[in-house]
Amino acid sequence: MFNLNKNKLTTLLKVQYSNMLEYRVEIALWAISGIIPFFMLNIWTNNNLNESINLSNVMLSRYFLSAFFVRQFSVVWVVFTFEEDALLGKISPYLIQPLNPFFRYLAQHIAEQITRFPFAIIIALIFFLINPESIWIPSLGLFLLSCLSTFFSFLIQFLIQSIIACFCFWTEKASSIERLLFIPTLFLSGLLAPVISFPEYVKSWIYITPFPYLIDFPANMLSGNNTNVISGFVMQIFWISLLLPIFKRIWSLGTKKYTAMGS
Amino acid sequence: MEDNIIQVTNLSKSFDISSKEPGVKGTLKHFFKRETKSIEVIKNVNFQIKKGEIVGFLGANGAGKTTILKILCGLIYPSKGKLSVADYLPYKRRPNFLKKITLIMGQKQQLIWDLPPIESFYLNAAIYDIEKFEAKKRIKKLSDMLEIEKELYIPVRKLSLGQRMKSELLAALIHKPNILFLDEPTLGLDINAQRNLRKFLQIYNKETDATICLTSHYMKDITSLCKRVICIHEGCITYDGKLDKLLKRISPVKDILIICKTDKDAKELSNSGFIIKNKSQKEITITIKKDSIKSTLKKILNKFDIEDLYINEPPVDEIIGNILIKKKL
Repeated sequence: MFNLNKNKLTTLLKVQYSNMLEYRVEIALWAISGIIPFFMLNIWTNNNLNESINLSNVMLSRYFLSAFFVRQFSVVWVVFTFEEDALLGKISPYLIQPLNPFFRYLAQHIAEQITRFPFAIIIALIFFLINPESIWIPSLGLFLLSCLSTFFSFLIQFLIQSIIACFCFWTEKASSIERLLFIPTLFLSGLLAPVISFPEYVKSWIYITPFPYLIDFPANMLSGNNTNVISGFVMQIFWISLLLPIFKRIWSLGTKKYTAMGS
Repeated sequence: MEDNIIQVTNLSKSFDISSKEPGVKGTLKHFFKRETKSIEVIKNVNFQIKKGEIVGFLGANGAGKTTILKILCGLIYPSKGKLSVADYLPYKRRPNFLKKITLIMGQKQQLIWDLPPIESFYLNAAIYDIEKFEAKKRIKKLSDMLEIEKELYIPVRKLSLGQRMKSELLAALIHKPNILFLDEPTLGLDINAQRNLRKFLQIYNKETDATICLTSHYMKDITSLCKRVICIHEGCITYDGKLDKLLKRISPVKDILIICKTDKDAKELSNSGFIIKNKSQKEITITIKKDSIKSTLKKILNKFDIEDLYINEPPVDEIIGNILIKKKL
């Protein structure tokens, strides 16, 4: 099913990166639009909410900056693109090529992340200019682990959206299913508040869902907050290993239903 | 039987289609209880295609031609029947099968819109496991044949429709497929671009012995490329055979253009009981049965003062237009 090799992957990335550079202004605007963690930081610090979770202002600002970074490199929109392509029959030429079309979308996302990188750095520099006390340099080990967990977070979200996207083969508006996940993702991922701030009984439930491993876990690791690295990675790998076969199965069933509409 | 590259036996395909009545009542009904109907768009179709053949699929809009091509290339699953393309079951979409075929749809594109075509060509080359050096060679050869060397480095969005179509063709042929499925490849192209594309396909077929299955509403595509045609009407095959044989069978008439010397002769001729197709002053076109040409001409030459006379076949477009709406041929 995957039929991917190094040459295919690098060519896909190169081509998609060239394509994304054509949209650099759009991507800069998208990067700016991802500053929701900074608004949340403002709300938290102005109301001294951090005291309730024993997190200093500095640590909290580092957390939200890290959340901003994790978010920048794990944004997924495959369901919307795939839905449009499937409904208009645009995926037809890709379906008869010896490479799963989802690799094109995957490469588009990664290429977009590479394009976002300089804009995210500029935003971070501005943040440090305003909050010089928040400047910190994480250890190389932690930094690399955070990058890895951010990539895993991206993969989990990519797989979830890809599974939902495959519902296009049965229902015309699969993206509305994705909307159902928007609220839990927003509240339980750590984008609006660190998961540690939730009541104990809620936390015990949250940690068995994939949501806290999307933002909270990598952001805590990068900002140097206390977090269980091993269990975080175990859960990320667990969700990837669970979602991947589901995606493969639903893809295989869905393509049997494909009617190549619009072509 | 052995050199049949495509074999189709009792192939059928049904689609579930939901219908909705107009107005608010219809919308509410559709919201709470959807009525879906299963429509059989391909009905027990049988045919074989030999290696190197160019076969045209003819039929009106919605007859099922494109659906057959989509099934043959593995894009959609058949509902019933057996089929084999290059010894593979197309719907399994095995990589080795996909490397042998290509599908070009006139109204769909695979080139990346904002990048020059060359980027898409190298991407396709990588997808089909073609080495860069070999890909370069193939791009050079095909772009020479298609005369698009200059356009390779211009973003697709800035190319004309003809240039884009040629680029699409190059992208679809970079892996040297031996079976080409072409769904209205000349759609929207001007006459010169259509002619060039047809010429290219003829050369490609000659050089590579590729099998070509083609649908087109431009009859010139069919008449200049296909010796064999398969006519489809409402999902059934109504004719499968040589195009010239079909034209003879379906059109047992000839048009005779008669130029009379005087207006009086023209008037008399038009009132002599012949089927008049066109009339303008001294020029009259009559339609007669092929088996009565001799006797009719004798009669006309004896009775009227004729300045000149031309015997023509009716236009192919006209004949094929009639085929499309006939259930039996």
